[in-house]
Amino acid sequence: MLENKDYKVIGTRPIRHDGVDKVTGRALYGADFQMAGLLHGRVLRSPHAHAKIISIDTSRAEALPGVKGVVTAKDLPGAEDRIADLGEGAVNLKHLCDNVLASDKVLYKGHAIAAVAATNPHIAEEACTLIDVEYEVLPPVLEVRQAMEPDAPLLHETLKTTSMGETADEPSNVASHIQHKLGDPEKGFAEADVIIEREFVTGTVHQGYIEPHNATAHYNQDGQLTIWCSTQGAFTVREQVAEILQYPISKIKVVPMEIGGGFGGKISVYIKPVAALLAKKTGKPVKVLMNRADVFEGTGPTPASFIRVKMGATKEGKITAAQGYLAFEAGAYPGSPVGPGAMCIFAPYSIENVIIDGYDVVVNKPKTAPYRAPGAPNAAFGSETVLDEIAEKLGIDPLEIRLINGAKEGDRRADGPVHPRIGFIETVEAAKAHPHYTAPNGKKHHGRGVASGYWFNIGLESSVTINVNSDGTINLIEGSTDIGGTRASIAMQAAEVLGIPAESVNPSVVDTNSVGYTAVTGGSRTTYATGYAAYEAAQDVKRQMIARAAKLWEVDEANVQFADGEFSSINGKEEQISFRDLCARFGETGGPVVGSGTVNPGGAGGAYATHVVDVEVDEETGKVDILRYTAVQDAGKAIHPSYVEGQIQGGAVQGIGWALNEEYIYNAEGEMTNASFLDYRMPTCLDLPMIDAVIVEVPNPGHPYGVRGVGEVPIVPPMAAIANAVYDAIGVRMTELPMSPDRLLKAMGKI
Amino acid sequence: MRDFSYIAANTIPEAVALLDEKGESARILAGGTDLIVQVREARRDVDWMIDVKSIPEVNALDYNIATGLTLGAAVECYKIYADDAICNAYPGLIDATKIIGGTAIQGRAAVGGNLCNASPAADGIPPLIVLNASCVIAGPNGLRELPVEQFCTAPGQTVLEKGEMLVSLKVPAPKSNSSSFYLRFIPRNEMDIAVVGAGASVVLDDAKQTIVSARIGLAAVAPTPLFAEEASALLAGQEVSDAAIDEAAAAAQAIARPISDMRGTAEQRTHLVGVLTRRALNGAIERVREAT
Repeated sequence: MLENKDYKVIGTRPIRHDGVDKVTGRALYGADFQMAGLLHGRVLRSPHAHAKIISIDTSRAEALPGVKGVVTAKDLPGAEDRIADLGEGAVNLKHLCDNVLASDKVLYKGHAIAAVAATNPHIAEEACTLIDVEYEVLPPVLEVRQAMEPDAPLLHETLKTTSMGETADEPSNVASHIQHKLGDPEKGFAEADVIIEREFVTGTVHQGYIEPHNATAHYNQDGQLTIWCSTQGAFTVREQVAEILQYPISKIKVVPMEIGGGFGGKISVYIKPVAALLAKKTGKPVKVLMNRADVFEGTGPTPASFIRVKMGATKEGKITAAQGYLAFEAGAYPGSPVGPGAMCIFAPYSIENVIIDGYDVVVNKPKTAPYRAPGAPNAAFGSETVLDEIAEKLGIDPLEIRLINGAKEGDRRADGPVHPRIGFIETVEAAKAHPHYTAPNGKKHHGRGVASGYWFNIGLESSVTINVNSDGTINLIEGSTDIGGTRASIAMQAAEVLGIPAESVNPSVVDTNSVGYTAVTGGSRTTYATGYAAYEAAQDVKRQMIARAAKLWEVDEANVQFADGEFSSINGKEEQISFRDLCARFGETGGPVVGSGTVNPGGAGGAYATHVVDVEVDEETGKVDILRYTAVQDAGKAIHPSYVEGQIQGGAVQGIGWALNEEYIYNAEGEMTNASFLDYRMPTCLDLPMIDAVIVEVPNPGHPYGVRGVGEVPIVPPMAAIANAVYDAIGVRMTELPMSPDRLLKAMGKI
Repeated sequence: MRDFSYIAANTIPEAVALLDEKGESARILAGGTDLIVQVREARRDVDWMIDVKSIPEVNALDYNIATGLTLGAAVECYKIYADDAICNAYPGLIDATKIIGGTAIQGRAAVGGNLCNASPAADGIPPLIVLNASCVIAGPNGLRELPVEQFCTAPGQTVLEKGEMLVSLKVPAPKSNSSSFYLRFIPRNEMDIAVVGAGASVVLDDAKQTIVSARIGLAAVAPTPLFAEEASALLAGQEVSDAAIDEAAAAAQAIARPISDMRGTAEQRTHLVGVLTRRALNGAIERVREAT
C-alpha cells in the first residue's frame, strides 16, 4: 500500500551523514586499518593462463628473514565437490576454494597460488618470488565460441553441460544451457514484414572500483575470527569464509570498513580467507592488500560475450517475434550472468513470440563477478541495436517504435513473470519530450542514438534496529554497506515515519555481530529493502511511543494519534506532546525504546531507462566524442534525488567506458597486457559531458514509498545508444565492443 | 619495492664520479615520475638513485631571442609553460609539456627526464627533434654535444656511456616566419600515452606561402622516436598545399615501423602517422600565419 505522496523528508536533498568524513579524508577504509603486531600479506599469482600445478616449494620463502608464514591450498580444509548456498545462489565449494588458492590447476593468469605473511609488505613481496612452483603449461582457451568447440582444451575434466534438467555424458567447457520460450516464434517471424538478424561481440570489462580489495584478519585466543574489510556485504563474507575455512559462522565477525566502490565486484571473496589462513598460521593479525594489477588479473570482471539477435516486425512497427542467442564467458569457473541477460534481453517490450537460449561457458580468464545489472548490458547491446535497425528500415522514429511495443502492467516477460506496474513507457515519453531529443542534430560526423534497458531488481533480507535517544534523535543500526548514499536514503525513510528531520537520524553500518542478517548491497536492493526495514523499524518505534503517550496520559492507545511529529490524544482529554519531549520521558514510562524491522520483500519492482546520446566521430582517427547525454529513468520514488541522479550518471559513464574503450586485451598466451588504469582506458572527466539525469516517478506498489532500485539499470542502454549514434554519424553499424578507434577505422574501411 | 640507496650530488663532477663508480646499478633521479614507478613495479633494477635536482646546470632555464634556449635536464614541465617568451618561441614544445601526464605529474616531470627515459612514445622528444635541439652530455672525459634524434637507441636505451649524464638541451633561436606544433593520438582526451605522436616545425617565406624548410618528428611508431628526414626534405621550397603536405605525410608513413600492442595496432599506427603528420604540419603553418 502506497503512503500519501505529501512527504516532508522524502524527496528532499539533505547532506549525507557520511559526507564530511569522506570529503575530508577522515573516513576509515580497509587499507587504513592498523593494529599492534600487524603482519603484511602478499599473494603469489600464476604467470600462466592454463597450467597444471606439479609442485609448490615454499621453503626458500619461509627461510627469508622477516617471513612469518606461507600458505597454499593445502592449508584449506578439504573441499569435496559439494554445493554451498551463500545467499546469492548455489556455489560449487571446490570451485570457490580453488579460486581463492589454486590446488591442482591454475586457470587464468593472476590465479592465486600461495600467500606470505611478513613483517613488512616489501619482504612479503620478495618472499613471493622465492616460492618455487613447477607447472605443466597447457594451451589456454580465451574466447567463448572457441571454448564451445568440441575439441577445445578443457578447463575442468569433470564439468558436464546441464541443459533443461539433463546432464551430458561428455565433459565440456559449456557449464549450462538455459532456454526461455513464449508463444510460437516461427509463426511470429512468418508474420513479419521485416526481419533483422545480427551478431554481436562484447569484450571483458572490469567494474574499475577505485579502492582495491583489502582484508585484515585476526584470531582471538578463544578462536573468534574477526575480518575487517571492504565488501558489499559483511554477511556474505561471513558465509563464504565459513564455507571455505569450514569454520562456524558464530565464530566469525566481519567488520565492513568504508567502501571505495564495488559495482558488484566486492561480493565474492578473494583475499579475505587468505588473510584468515595467514592469521591462523602466524598467530598474528595479517593485512592483505591488492594492487591494481591484482585487481584486474585476480578478481572478477564482467563477461565477454557472443550474442545473436533476430527480430521481426510488421510494417506498422509491431514486433512479431524475437530470438536471442547468448553465449557468456563465465571465466575460470561456471557462473556467468547469462541467466539475468536472458531475463532482460527483450524485457522492455511486449512480444508474443520469443525464444532465448543462453550458454554459460568457462574460459581461461578470471572468474566473472557481478557488475551493475550483470548480463543485461551485453544483451541490450544486441537487442537495442537490432531494434534501431528495424525502426530505420521501417522509417519509424526509434522512440516511437519503443512506444508501439513498450511493455506495460500485465504483460508477460519471456522468462515467465508478469509485469506489475512499471514505468517503461513513461521513460520513453520523457525522452521524446526532452529538449535534447528535439534539438537539431544536422552537423557532419555528428550522430544521435537512443536505447532502452531493463533490470529486474531484487529484494532479499534486511534488518534495521532503531535506538531512540532521550534528545529526540535516533540511532539507526543497519547492515548494508553504503556505496552510493544509502545511509541517507535509508535514514530518510525512518525520519519520514517519525516526523523528524533527516539530520536527527544517526545511521551506523555495523558488523555482523551487531545487526540482524542483511544481504549484500547489490541488485539495486538497498534503498528498497533496507529502506523498507527502516520503515518497519520506525513503525515499531511509533507504535511503542504511542503506547508510552497513552501510559503518560492514562488513556487507551487507540485514543493517541501521531501526526507532524506530535502525539496527541483524541476523544476527550486535550493532551499533546512532541516526539522529542516524549523521548525525554522514557524513564518514567517504561525505559528505553528500541524498534526493529526485518524484511524479505518480494515486490522489488523492475526499473527501466531510456537514454539519448549525441556523438561526434573523427573519421580520420576513429575517435568518438560524447557531445551530449540524457539519461531518463523510472526511480519509482526518488528518496534523495541527488543520489538517484548520481547513480544514473555513474551508470551512464560506466556504460560509455564499456562502449568506447574499456576491455581486457590478451596476448596469445592468455596474458592481459593492459592491467593498469593507464592502459585499461576508463573515461576520465575530460572525456564526458555533464550527464543530464531525468527522474521519472512511477511508484512501485511493492514498497511503502514506491521505491524502485536505481543503481543498475542506467548501465544497460549506453552501449547500444552510442552504437546507434555512431551509425547515425557515419553510416556504419558497430557490432563489436568496445567501439575503439582501431575498430572504427576498420569498420569504415580506413585500415 | 626493493631497497635502494639515495644520494644527492651537488655538482656535475660529483654526479659524474658517482655514476662512473656505481655503473649500471645507478640511475639519475630528477622528477622520478618514470624511475620510481619502474622500481616499484620491478621493471628496473636500481641500487643507487643519484638525485641531481640541486645541481645548478640541470636547473638552467635561459631563453634569449638571439641565442635560443638552454633547458636544464631537470627543469619541470610546469616551469617551461609558465614562461611566456618560451611559449611564444617554441609552441610545439609547449604542446608536449602540457600533455605529459597530468597537472600533478607536470609539476615534477622534466623534459630531459622524458628524453633519458627513452620511451618510443615520449611526447617530449618529437618537438625537440623538430626544433633542432641538441643534448649536452657530461662524462668523465668532459662535455659532448649530440642532436636529439641520435640520443635514443632502443626502448629505454640511450647513447649515454658509463659515467655520463644529460646536463641540458640546447634549442636554437626560432627563425622568422617559423613555428612548431605537436600532437598525439590517444583514445581518450587526457591522461594517456601516445598511440602515435607527431611534431612538425616549418619556416615559411615572408609571404607565408612557401615552405622554406620543415622538420617532422614521430613517436610510438618505431623503437625510438624518429626524425622523418626525407619527408621533411620533400617540403623544402614547396608552396603550401594539400598535395605537398600529403606527399610529406606519405613519406613519413613510409619510415614508420610500428608494432601492435595494447595501445594500438600496427596498421592503425601507420594510418595515424599520415593523419597526424598532416595535422602537425597544418598546425605549425597556421601558427606562422596567425602570428603578426
